[in-house]
Amino acid sequence: MTKITTDEVKHVAHLARLSITEEEAAKFADQLGAIITFAEQLNELDTDHVEPTTHVLEMKNIMREDKSVDGLPREKVLKNAPDHQDGQVKVPTILE
Amino acid sequence: MSLFDHKLADLQDLLHKKEITVTDLVRESYKRIADVDGQVQAFLTLDEERALARAEELQKKLSSDSEGLLFGMPIGVKDNIVTKELRTTAASKILGNFDPIYNATVADKLHAADAITIGKLNMDEFAMGSSTENSHFTKTRNPWNLDAVPGGSSGGSAAAVAAGEVPFSLGSDTGGSIRQPASFCGVVGLKPTYGRVSRFGLIAFASSLDQIGPITRNVEDNAYLLEAIAGLDPNDSTSANVDVPNYRSALTGDIKGLKVAVPKEYLGEGVSEEVRQNVREALKVLEGLGATIDEVSLPHSKYGVATYYLLSSSEASANLARFDGIRYGYRADNAENLIDLYKKTRAEGFGDEVKRRIMLGTYALSSGYYDAYYKKAQKVRTLIKQDFENIFENYDVVVGPTTPTPAFKIGEQINDPLTMYANDILTIPVNLAGVPGISVPAGLSSEGLPLGLQIIGKHFDESTVYRVAHAFEQATEHHKLKPEL
Repeated sequence: MTKITTDEVKHVAHLARLSITEEEAAKFADQLGAIITFAEQLNELDTDHVEPTTHVLEMKNIMREDKSVDGLPREKVLKNAPDHQDGQVKVPTILE
Repeated sequence: MSLFDHKLADLQDLLHKKEITVTDLVRESYKRIADVDGQVQAFLTLDEERALARAEELQKKLSSDSEGLLFGMPIGVKDNIVTKELRTTAASKILGNFDPIYNATVADKLHAADAITIGKLNMDEFAMGSSTENSHFTKTRNPWNLDAVPGGSSGGSAAAVAAGEVPFSLGSDTGGSIRQPASFCGVVGLKPTYGRVSRFGLIAFASSLDQIGPITRNVEDNAYLLEAIAGLDPNDSTSANVDVPNYRSALTGDIKGLKVAVPKEYLGEGVSEEVRQNVREALKVLEGLGATIDEVSLPHSKYGVATYYLLSSSEASANLARFDGIRYGYRADNAENLIDLYKKTRAEGFGDEVKRRIMLGTYALSSGYYDAYYKKAQKVRTLIKQDFENIFENYDVVVGPTTPTPAFKIGEQINDPLTMYANDILTIPVNLAGVPGISVPAGLSSEGLPLGLQIIGKHFDESTVYRVAHAFEQATEHHKLKPEL
């Protein structure tokens, strides 16, 4: 069984931008460990000469006509923003 | 007797004969919702005022040349499909107050076809789940047994149709999320070929697997609804440039000489004896109609669930990065800085199953694990796809059960992710291969819960899938069974 430590869970949570409590880290460590162990059954298969599938249909380079179209009006874009001021989305300090 | 016991063609006949009005159909829907949705809890948001206004507007163009394919039909829409100025939440706290400024392509197409949107339907948060218990808002109940789950993630979409609240709904299917709830609720649900229906405006879960599809009370209505929503869309570069046929013309009832493959893995370990027996009886019906039945093997199907959870969670971890509390949706209070805002917003806004999958996906994509997990799963996906290609060289359709068991009880599996994931063992390979699959009612279990028959076809051959489903439906009485509510 692949063991996932609470430190690994905290690292992954940080990468995924999720704050996490000690209690949650312990719970997710157990659950993710079980899921990863389950997923490792794929190692039973020899896939050295198998191409990966990223997309099931044969299609590539779908282009649209190179023509400009109007963007959305500013008030609509801001309609769902939790905080905005003077036509700009407002966020907390980025640089200290 | 409900108006919705009639199929679409008969309802439109009644409209043309002036025996009913479009408003009657819309009122029928809201009346039934008022009567039973307190128990079923399929709907998250209703749009009654606009629906009634639209009914009046449509009534004026009755019998004109411009009547759309779905003229006057009430429809419910899964709440991960964005609808302009109609709250769309994906059943998540993080989108609890989201008021879309545009329509998904399918929503525009429903409007163009003269369907009437009744409201938005409950689901597992961001379509992650198999029971609709992961909704932030409410647990939808199975109309056949209110203690049982309706399936998921399109549980609201299937339950609303089964309960007679709407005759049509849209769901989305990433690993079985239309077919499994359709099976659990005794209705007809189709996952189209990947690329058949535009995903523009579908809140993305796993972009290489997600498809929107129709849920209805019978196969013919399902064919109408697919025809209305299918086709190339410039706003979705993965939608396919393949002509959309008139699916209704495929419903001939004739399947003589049709070649049916039955994978032995679909009647094997993990599938209950009752379900196996039910499929054997269904196969006798198909044989009686002149189809030939052969046992085949899809040798890699047992690896489907593991492959699916690695790939879909990886894609989800990227897709759900957009929910950050900045441009739309929920934002946490008292953040110290920007990173803290992201972390608190997402921790407070997402439920546990969504967090689990984001973390699994982030892990599978992270440095040092990418090749071992993500790339490995992409390679196994190739093998699963080839399994189907090999079978379809010699057969028209693949037939088996939709789910290993009938609906389970609410609360029974929610604390055990791996057991919950196993519900989708028979539906996941279809998404990985990108082929179309339908679930049609195939009778009841010993406990009176619906069982579904799954019919899988070649890429873009929904017509043959519908033909077989329709022939089976018409040769049996299963689709006439209705839950008592």
